[in-house]
Amino acid sequence: MAGDQNVHGQSLLSVRNLTVTFTTDDGRFKAAEDICMDIGRGESVGLVGESGCGKSVTALGLTRLIPNPPGCIESGTVLFDGADIMSMDTAALRKIRGNAISMIFQEPLSALSPLHRIGRQLAEAVLLHRRISKKEAWRFAEDWLRKVGIPDAGERMHSYPYQLSGGMQQRVMIAMALMLEPALIIADEPTTALDVTTQAQIFDLTLRMKQNFTSLLLITHDMGVVWEMCERVIVMYASRIVETGSREAIFEHPAHPYTAGLLEAIPRLSRGRQRLKDIPGQVPSPFNYPKGCHFQARCPYAFERCRRETPPLFDCGGGQKSACFLMDKAKE
Amino acid sequence: MNREVTSYEGSQPLLSVKDLKTWFPVKRGLFSRQKDYIRAVDGVSLELFPGETLGLVGESGCGKTTLGRTLLGLEPATSGGIYFKNSLLNPMRRKQMNRLRQKIQVVFQDPLSSLNPRMSVMDIVTEGLVQFKRIEGSKRDHARRLIKEVGLSEDAIYRYPHEFSGGQRQRINIARAISLRPEFIICDEAVSALDVSIQAQAINLLISLQERFQLSYLFISHDLSVVSNIADRIAVMYLGQILEKGKTADIIHEPLHPYTKVLIDAVPVPGKERRGESMEIKGEAASIATPPPGCRFNPRCPKAMAVCREIPPPLRRFGDREVRCHLY
Repeated sequence: MAGDQNVHGQSLLSVRNLTVTFTTDDGRFKAAEDICMDIGRGESVGLVGESGCGKSVTALGLTRLIPNPPGCIESGTVLFDGADIMSMDTAALRKIRGNAISMIFQEPLSALSPLHRIGRQLAEAVLLHRRISKKEAWRFAEDWLRKVGIPDAGERMHSYPYQLSGGMQQRVMIAMALMLEPALIIADEPTTALDVTTQAQIFDLTLRMKQNFTSLLLITHDMGVVWEMCERVIVMYASRIVETGSREAIFEHPAHPYTAGLLEAIPRLSRGRQRLKDIPGQVPSPFNYPKGCHFQARCPYAFERCRRETPPLFDCGGGQKSACFLMDKAKE
Repeated sequence: MNREVTSYEGSQPLLSVKDLKTWFPVKRGLFSRQKDYIRAVDGVSLELFPGETLGLVGESGCGKTTLGRTLLGLEPATSGGIYFKNSLLNPMRRKQMNRLRQKIQVVFQDPLSSLNPRMSVMDIVTEGLVQFKRIEGSKRDHARRLIKEVGLSEDAIYRYPHEFSGGQRQRINIARAISLRPEFIICDEAVSALDVSIQAQAINLLISLQERFQLSYLFISHDLSVVSNIADRIAVMYLGQILEKGKTADIIHEPLHPYTKVLIDAVPVPGKERRGESMEIKGEAASIATPPPGCRFNPRCPKAMAVCREIPPPLRRFGDREVRCHLY
């Protein structure tokens, strides 16, 4: 399976055939299967899908943050800036995490230590990766709090996370993620817990702060958010990538029936009561994914081949790819 | 204490709320001598007509859930009146309350925590019918009928909540809510926890049930897009007060209050280009415990004037629209 193209030429992150499994009391299942993706320098990529589709597991797998047990990276290679993440020792990985690759999680309150003041947590991250004095680290961190728009940054450095509002906590996380000028930011549902007005402020901030050569992998279930923040989109369904392409391609002419269904099911600002187009059926449990295409049971176009074989990503032109046999037929 | 209300303008509302206040006391100062209040709901008036959906939108902490809980009698109202079909609901004797409870039901956000894990689906959906001795024939037949009405298969009645997915669980909650043939259902973030493809199914189900049983909904949500797809009218709430109220199409296409405009602008919509850096709203919502003087939205308002910082604007009515803003 060839990697998908990106418009930015040389890729910063290159993932091939990443498969992550989890073992539970009920048995073993694949949480992410055969994931391939490339992220170019300075590129913003959105990874979208519904809960349980494997998008967060993919993100954690990239930096080998999958808790083992129960999780296990079965196979795959991840090249970051030419270095093989899968074969790195712990010390080398620690140098990358938080420094070259930083992460922003959904719940800032559970990502921050409740026992330490904001300032100490920020300065600690600086001290880990930069050779500067404690005083300098503190001042550096305070500067960044100011940059992300936290009022009274000097005082806030002495606050505990619980003393800040959700929006402010997420700003602290963003300061922490951006201050070491990482090459790649992985943001996992960074604004899902926030109000829309706060979300809009956070997006403006992220776009403004993100340096030209910082890449962003944004994981979200919200197609509106992807449209606003990303240049390229990867759609996942039931542990597999089903479609990838530029933002315009995905939103204007989706090639996979799942993507098309998802776009139609989004409630948009409407003039009043009206039924939505829905995707019938349920997301299958990872223990009994159907044979062949994972979407076939809910797909209005499914035919015999879909129930028999796993569709690879077919090229649809213009960098768009779709894991759907309809695309194969189109070519014949 | 069944006070009759004599006159309504136009047609008869099913539910009518008059200047409702729900305040929570908080203790402040030495030996808690100073009494202070969190004014979660601070003077809300609204009407709901039979077969209608009123959407109630607002950001977290604006008091929308407290308003719903007060209507259900789960929180005591501090003052104001709640009238349901001309009966005053607060205060009300328990016996009478129980009778009316059958007419008012609720669906909460988290479908799992609102289902008893030790009860089978059959027991869950028929619990209300048993409680009010409204079972005729076999309980199993009632359960089967209800579960079919929400689009689940009949054998679901023998299973337990943990065996279902989030969307299916919410269908069970909806089946329980309609079991007593209510006239009014409060949906408090009822579809917010569901994935997009499942959320659309749940919204469509709520619309179908409404049409079949002439239900009225109070649809509480933070998500303006969802609300605009189900509500006939929308009320926008901010720090305990309603800032704007009107028909859905008017609110969405011609918002009057600056807060409503900001709220609509902030919704990320595929196909709509970003506002760039012109996001007009400043800061975050003030705490409901210490609302600012004057208009409650004034510290964040892009159009705030001197008067907004001093005098709270009244809710003014223009036809079927109401706005609480000095601009109008």
